[in-house]
Amino acid sequence: MKPAPFEYYAPKTTEEALQNLTDLGYSGKVLAGGQSLIPAMNFRMARPSALVDLNNVAELAYIKPTADGGIAIGTMTRDSVVEQDPFVKQRMSIVAETIGYIAHPQIRARGTFGGAIAHADPAAQLPALSLALNARLLVKRKGAERWVTAEEFIVGPFMTVLEPEDMLAEVVLPPLAPRTAGSYKQVSRQRGGYAQAATISIVGLDDRNRVKNVRCVIFSVGETPILSKYAAKVLIGNEPTEAAIADVAAYVAKNECDPGSDLHGTTEYRRQLVEVLVRRALTEAVLRAKK
Amino acid sequence: MTQLVKINVTVNGVPYEREVEPRLLLSDFIRHDLKLTGTHVGCEHGLCGACTILFDGQSVRSCIMFAVMADGHKIETVESLGTPEHLHPLQEAFMEKHALQCGFCTPGFLMTLVDYLGDNKNPTDEEIREAIDGNYCRCTGYENIVEAVKLAAKKMAAHS
Amino acid sequence: MAERVFHKSILRNEDPQILAGKAQYLDDIELPGMLYAAFKRSDYAHARLKSIDVSEAKALPGVIGVYTAEDFGDLVKPGPLQVPPPTAIKGATYSSRTLMPIAKDKVRYSGEPVAVVIAESRYIAEDACDYIYPDFEPLDAVIDLEKALQPGATLVHEDLPSNEAAHVVQERGNYAEAAAKADVVIKKKIYVDRVAAAALENRGIVINWDEKAQMMTIWCGTQSPITLRNATASRMGLFENQVRVITPFTGGGFGPKINTSMPDDVLLTELAVRLNRPIKWYEDRRENFLATTSERDQVHYAEIALTKDGKILGFKDVFYHNSGAYDPYMMTVPLNTQTHTVSNYNIPNFYTEITMVFTNEMVVTPVRGAGRPQGVFVMERMIDAAARELKMDVAEIRRVNLIQPDAYPVSTGIIGQDFVEGVLDSGDYPTALAKVMSMIDYKKFREEIQPKARAEGKHLGIGICTFTEGTGVGPYEGAKITVGGNGKVSVATGVATQGQAHYTSFAQIAAEQLGVEVKDVKVITGDTGAFAWGAGTFASRGATVAGTAIHLAAVKVKDKALKLASKILETPESELELVGGYVQVADIPGKKISLGELASMANPMRGTFPPGAEPGLEAVAYYGPPYGATGAGCMAMILDVDAETMKPKIERLVIVHDCGIPINPMVVEGQVHGGIQMGIGNAFFEKVFYDETGQLLTASFMDYLFPQATDMPPKIEMGHIETPSPLNPLGIKGVGEAGAIPTPAAFTQALEDALYDTGVEIMESNLSPSKVYSYVMKAKGA
Repeated sequence: MKPAPFEYYAPKTTEEALQNLTDLGYSGKVLAGGQSLIPAMNFRMARPSALVDLNNVAELAYIKPTADGGIAIGTMTRDSVVEQDPFVKQRMSIVAETIGYIAHPQIRARGTFGGAIAHADPAAQLPALSLALNARLLVKRKGAERWVTAEEFIVGPFMTVLEPEDMLAEVVLPPLAPRTAGSYKQVSRQRGGYAQAATISIVGLDDRNRVKNVRCVIFSVGETPILSKYAAKVLIGNEPTEAAIADVAAYVAKNECDPGSDLHGTTEYRRQLVEVLVRRALTEAVLRAKK
Repeated sequence: MTQLVKINVTVNGVPYEREVEPRLLLSDFIRHDLKLTGTHVGCEHGLCGACTILFDGQSVRSCIMFAVMADGHKIETVESLGTPEHLHPLQEAFMEKHALQCGFCTPGFLMTLVDYLGDNKNPTDEEIREAIDGNYCRCTGYENIVEAVKLAAKKMAAHS
Repeated sequence: MAERVFHKSILRNEDPQILAGKAQYLDDIELPGMLYAAFKRSDYAHARLKSIDVSEAKALPGVIGVYTAEDFGDLVKPGPLQVPPPTAIKGATYSSRTLMPIAKDKVRYSGEPVAVVIAESRYIAEDACDYIYPDFEPLDAVIDLEKALQPGATLVHEDLPSNEAAHVVQERGNYAEAAAKADVVIKKKIYVDRVAAAALENRGIVINWDEKAQMMTIWCGTQSPITLRNATASRMGLFENQVRVITPFTGGGFGPKINTSMPDDVLLTELAVRLNRPIKWYEDRRENFLATTSERDQVHYAEIALTKDGKILGFKDVFYHNSGAYDPYMMTVPLNTQTHTVSNYNIPNFYTEITMVFTNEMVVTPVRGAGRPQGVFVMERMIDAAARELKMDVAEIRRVNLIQPDAYPVSTGIIGQDFVEGVLDSGDYPTALAKVMSMIDYKKFREEIQPKARAEGKHLGIGICTFTEGTGVGPYEGAKITVGGNGKVSVATGVATQGQAHYTSFAQIAAEQLGVEVKDVKVITGDTGAFAWGAGTFASRGATVAGTAIHLAAVKVKDKALKLASKILETPESELELVGGYVQVADIPGKKISLGELASMANPMRGTFPPGAEPGLEAVAYYGPPYGATGAGCMAMILDVDAETMKPKIERLVIVHDCGIPINPMVVEGQVHGGIQMGIGNAFFEKVFYDETGQLLTASFMDYLFPQATDMPPKIEMGHIETPSPLNPLGIKGVGEAGAIPTPAAFTQALEDALYDTGVEIMESNLSPSKVYSYVMKAKGA
């Protein structure tokens, strides 16, 4: 289980990295934390001919407040750094809560916030989190940059809008309105393992405890993370009663996800999990929002 | 032509300058280039934890990093802890609580724990299990490892 | 009097070296000029190999050679049987089809080697594998055990009339008559699936051929170094003393490392000589899943016949056992299943029938438990089914059927893996059950805790199971003990060590007799240069069989020392004792001589030597038991199940265990802990999964779920019973597999009990929450 050979580039600045990516075109691939890529290379399931290693680009690792009360995270910021950042914890506790489910501390010490989103693994936490928080993503290429929403960014399993010369440079998490809270729920075979089904649900309430905003994202049960349209349709403007939440959970499980059968779970079982987890997450998010 | 990259790495306080192929795994570099064979390789896909080392003070898997990524960084391996004659308190605790049998996974546990216990002086049983969840052991059922960590926490508190 | 060191928890001699990262494991060995091997393996489970193109691979820089079957000539033939066939059993039929070192015309399992690459590094060797192009004609794969036996089924071995590898029937009493008289007869179909040993260190081998010395040194983490040496010498036309096998520190064995005459040791010894360079192969994890042996898949059709008050009158078990593509290990595993199905209960009538089947899967050989967990699973599940039918308590139905402590020795009437009729030497099963029930507070759980939990909508269930573990089987082991001029003691034995603490427990046995410190005893295991007689480490026999040989050798050395000291100290032997490295006169302080001095005197360099005398304070002894010593125990487990997600949490786990007199209780507990981890894995996490085309879908730890620290109970609560084995002077029995044996049965029983309101019945191990969900939905009629 040794990786196939590749050419190696170790740029020190974003500019240099973008130049490398432009020069290499389809043969180049970004190496961020490498916690998904390198195992795949060891199995020789991935065999990029050239890697552009961003680990020496210090300017891509940061956490900054945005003017409107959100958070900007540089693509190479380690998962563990985001997880333990007191400012992130205070502004958006759901971020740390979510990262806590990514594998084990040794992986989070190397894995990067932007790398995981750009990898777009349908079972991964951070693409789903970016969708749940309606993140805006800064995509750079030599001499140009553009912003895309998390919703637009992921187009399929392990597929994003990134072209070979592009780099995901920054992730901006917009501010959460007052009385807004989230909840993360998943079932995995083992702690730190892949979710068989998972949800990140964000609920905002008005001062009469009616739902003002809801983003219920389910993942690891389809080709991409899925934002439930039904949850928004039936809950917004209404009281999030037990019955209403149960109805959403049942609907999402039945109509809005597409889990396959695999070694560890049948489609039926994973739909059951979606129903249970969405119900538990929405219930908890509402409780937290009320606090 | 095989590309070779020059790297400077400090391992257990000793600076090394080496030329390596970009694809060389950090675990292989430590074991075979530097001959520090205390770091073990059990799966080469980042799951079993036998290859755990400290990278700039944090526990990481050396089998899913390339040696080139260590350029300019500091690494500690199990050889940095104690010697057979003078074991580190964590190692002593492993011995006293019979927390190793075949010993193949042990260096990975030690490096995970030396990082963890640095930040968590008095962990509960449950916290210990969570801390070692990313290290596989086939011999001990983890039972005595949990006991050893509790003892080590006490010993390390007494030492500091 | 010397301080006793036997039957005492003594810290391990080997630990400081291991803990400091200074222990040498296989892949740590590097020799000048070393080359590295990689195998090109078949992607197909069953295919004809029409041709293979290695020209591109050979041309890669750094590649020394690429070899296929045609390069190995006569070497390409089925290897020797590792275990003899069960000719001792009347009517047994079998076909031996042993492993090929490399596929020639046909591949029979996914992962079977078709070429071997030797290169300057493992990286380059793997590169070369990518440039080898075999041309396969795929054949249907034989996977399902029962379909494999239907007429017209594709054949794994076309020279055989069917896929039946062996057939064995054994019966004591008359089951049919018992069933006719019974109040109730229950029939069930039961599945047990396949698991990997998954030692943290993979397999591997390092070979150095010294052409000038005409000497081959092999380093290998084998459980059977002497077999490896003998097979290598015989295959290569060498004398046994031209081959030395050394087992370095070994990162776990658990069964599969017993195998020799595998593709690696057969082909690489040949290539090391041919190339006159040292060669290393260290298996990677993917190869370990694909091409290292594994175990357990069986399908059982079981019947239990009882009186209405729960007394078992008879048991019938007709089962299919998957042998995989070849059967070099013959019938050890299914015979163990037969012997362990009814061993701890009074069952006068027992009919058991094995059909062993060839399939296009990896070869099956023992994995910690070795057929025992299947037998216990079948029996315990059937008793649970009976308890349900008879509305009896699960503990009570067990209690009324257990063999009583005054019954030993008990002849079982069933011939086991050691080819002799099973005899239970000693034990106390009712006490084990009672102790477990008291430790887990069974009554309180049933009467208070569980009803309260159920009233609150919680799903708490309990499982309680008994088991035996046949251990310490023959044929024999031996040991050589030598006192050095420094007064320290060297012990050499043929069994190899994979973490069982032999460096300490064997030292304790020798130190107990010789009155030296345990740390002053150096134990050498598994080095044929130090000792070259014995069978190996398997069947929980190392401590019992080799341990007894060490004891006997130590007694001989002690006698020698006393005799010599008696002359020198002019004191009768009866007044001498061995304490602190000296032979001393019991009541006269200072009148003593050190063992080191005695050792030197026993090896005179000039003068005369009396006829019949043997030099040195050294002795060799051998021990072979008439039959194995049977360990036993009882386990109880409480599960809290989330009835929506079917995720179970083990709230409590209690085990009471009896392995006779433990040499080192700390080590015994550790062995049981490890077995339980594997048992929990087998019950709920681990499963080697082949699809219908024979593709292995679990070739990584991403898919093969290895139990983690948080998958274990918060505490393994352990009780001990010590019924000494009368078979050996130390009273010891083996313990290595104990934890793995009852766990799946206890887990499944607790799961059913937790999900009481669904009425679910689960006759299968290797479960997952999804599988439990499917069972529950079926039970609910959904």
